[in-house]
Amino acid sequence: MTAVYKHRLFWPIVSLVTLIAINAIARPQFIKITMRDGELYGPLISILRESAPLMLVALGMTIVIATRGIDLSVGATMAVSGAVALTIIDGSGDPGNLGTVLVACIVAVLVSLVLGAWNGFLVSVVGIQPIIATLVLMLAGRGVALLITGGFITTVNSEPFAFIASGYLLALPFAFLIGVVAIVAMSLVERRTALGVLTEAVGINPEASRLAGVRSRSIIWGAYMVSGVLAGVAGLIYASNIRAADANAAGVFIELYAILAVVLGGTSLNGGKFSIAGTVVGVLIIQTLESSILFLGVSSAQSPVFFGFVVALVVVVQSPRMREGLASLSGRLRSRGADARNDAARNDDKVEVA
Amino acid sequence: MNADTDVPPIVEMRGITIRFPGVLALDNVDFTLRPGEIHSLMGENGAGKSTLIKALTGVYAIDSGSIAVAGKRQTFSTAADAQDAGISTVYQEVNLCANLSVGENVMLGHEKRRGTGIDWKTTHSEAARHLASLGLTLDTRSILASHSIAIQQLVAISRAMVLDAKVLILDEPTSSLDRGEVEQLFGIMRDLRDKGVAILFVSHFLDQVYEISDRITVLRNGALVGEHPIAELPRDALVTKMIGRELEDLASIASSSHREIDRSGTPVVRATGLGKRGVLEPADLEVFEGEVVGIAGLLGSGRTELVRLLYGADRADEGTVEVHGEHVRLHQPRHAIEHRISLSSENRREEGVVADLTVAENIVLGMQARQGWLRKIPKKDQDAVVQEYIDALGVRPANPNALVGNLSGGNQQKVLLARWLATAPELLVLDEPTRGIDVGAKADIQRKVAELSAQGLSVIFISSELEEVLRMAQRVVVLRDRKKIGELEAATTDLDGLIDYIANAGEGSAA
Repeated sequence: MTAVYKHRLFWPIVSLVTLIAINAIARPQFIKITMRDGELYGPLISILRESAPLMLVALGMTIVIATRGIDLSVGATMAVSGAVALTIIDGSGDPGNLGTVLVACIVAVLVSLVLGAWNGFLVSVVGIQPIIATLVLMLAGRGVALLITGGFITTVNSEPFAFIASGYLLALPFAFLIGVVAIVAMSLVERRTALGVLTEAVGINPEASRLAGVRSRSIIWGAYMVSGVLAGVAGLIYASNIRAADANAAGVFIELYAILAVVLGGTSLNGGKFSIAGTVVGVLIIQTLESSILFLGVSSAQSPVFFGFVVALVVVVQSPRMREGLASLSGRLRSRGADARNDAARNDDKVEVA
Repeated sequence: MNADTDVPPIVEMRGITIRFPGVLALDNVDFTLRPGEIHSLMGENGAGKSTLIKALTGVYAIDSGSIAVAGKRQTFSTAADAQDAGISTVYQEVNLCANLSVGENVMLGHEKRRGTGIDWKTTHSEAARHLASLGLTLDTRSILASHSIAIQQLVAISRAMVLDAKVLILDEPTSSLDRGEVEQLFGIMRDLRDKGVAILFVSHFLDQVYEISDRITVLRNGALVGEHPIAELPRDALVTKMIGRELEDLASIASSSHREIDRSGTPVVRATGLGKRGVLEPADLEVFEGEVVGIAGLLGSGRTELVRLLYGADRADEGTVEVHGEHVRLHQPRHAIEHRISLSSENRREEGVVADLTVAENIVLGMQARQGWLRKIPKKDQDAVVQEYIDALGVRPANPNALVGNLSGGNQQKVLLARWLATAPELLVLDEPTRGIDVGAKADIQRKVAELSAQGLSVIFISSELEEVLRMAQRVVVLRDRKKIGELEAATTDLDGLIDYIANAGEGSAA
């Protein structure tokens, strides 16, 4: 019991469940899921679908943060990716052709890979601080996107492209499935190979890792490339959703939401230990909160304040000091007459944590 | 020496007990510190020295017992409380802001004000005055990180003086200092003692303890063994009290080390003219199979620089390296590791352990790095290797899942040794492997190195403790002022001979 209580994902999951519960109590249809034509619908399904771009970006951000870095350029990369894809589709004779859309998407993701590689080069080879290195592309990237679209908002009418954000596969939103594939792929790579532990080692102590023979440079470089690719895919989903490449609006502030999601999931901004599962929960908290604002009818003028207030609450509840306080409070309540047993349990936990 | 038992104590700790999960770190320990004495706290790593100090300085809360300072009972809940009560600490690893200037570090929190701002000129001249009282003439506006660890240590002590401490705690202050600097520090310590400051001194150097202390308190496994005036506790008795076993261990290491090495064949590693401008003048180095080559020299003489160039941790700008007679290019540590050369850095915390990873992950790190990230070493193999080395080296706690950052220095060093041995090196370079660790762990490490070299492992052994170098090595390379000045056979050299060589040899006619 206490082991569950002390698990690093305990509080993030409690926050998420509480948010959903509040919504469900306010308006019970929030948790209602219906099947229509073999496709699932409902507010929760929408949250899963709409969370896809942030999910992808936050996954990349997790790996970058684990190496002690940060990637501010993800929003700009999304804009570039969307611009590249739509310009190709728009320029082709046949926007509805699946082949054209595939080529456009692949090229867009490759361009995003190059942008990620550029960030990684600046950080790992040139040795520029990550926040500055990625700031360059954050500022310049939207300009590049505008250059690609010629300064216009490129719109297309392409069924295959629209499918990315609004299509369904196996009764679930296709965009959500993309997110699931990314989560599974990253979890597998981290767990089945040694990349996870080597990334953590580099993040915790880069010099000790280098002297131990770890290819620190490649690992850091790779992290930014992964972040670039995932941001590129997120850009495609975003552009598909609005069926347009809007260089000024795509992924605005998403880097900050992604950082928030990573932190809510329990990964430290100091690098090192990271949690993919934590980031997934963090993203869902943010997306649920966004939906709650609409769903509970908070006025749009008030919504940033509401959002900020709830995030502050969640962060405070998760803070080590608060957790200790809550733990000792509930410990005292439970332990009346059972002090010895409780002490033993607490000590066991500490050993486990240590 | 004016510390007799009649003087009312400045610090009285009674029945101190501290529990950590699964460990009784301190068990009912008494400790008394009197004004005007230098009191050494002795014990192996894990004996509870650091814990006792942290209880006294408010870092750890005590589970039972009492602490009185100047007759007044105190409950410290933060380090600042202890500082306010007049207790200042200089910790084992330098605990300053490396990116600030020397003056700012000395005066931190006590800057001289002018109006609402800081009067930097007065602040710096005040800092200079404090430094001068330690016999240090430094540019107070220079950045702390630009100075050697030794100087940083003295700056840390000088900072403690600014706080006008009644009790000064020096936890391993001498581990990074050379002889001259130690003398300088001891001079200051005696001055302070004569002014009535109570000094709690922790050092693993027995010579220094006997040179400076008035009284010794010995701890073992978290319990008090005894408190003795220095004159009543001969060295062998002290060591026996500390480790609870006889010292013959170390002597037997010496006899096994002094064997003949066949140097007729090709050396395992040969460096020719290895150098880097401003770092090290070109030097030659050969290590044969099964040989332990000691490197001796003062701090800053180029010992560490030489092996870092060899290992590829720093890029040499001239010279060649041969492994088994073949030219190799070692531009990165991983190149060296591929050629079965491993280096354990002198800087355990910054360049050695990965503190937030477990003992197991730290041990496997070197092997895994060599395999590459794609080929993860199976969990079963990892567990076997980890268990083997935990047992062979006596890592405590023997828990593969403990975070390395929570281990004592000696055990961290064992974990590092395990990491390197697990990569099956042919040449193992150990830079200060026994610095700041206790006699027991030191003996364990030395014994393991001697044993492995007898089986054919080549070793380069660097240590500030010259006795240790002579005990471990068959051949000693001597450096001075970033230059190799010669080589000595350990069997035909004694300590005085080596000291004399370091100080005087090669003037005019380099060996």
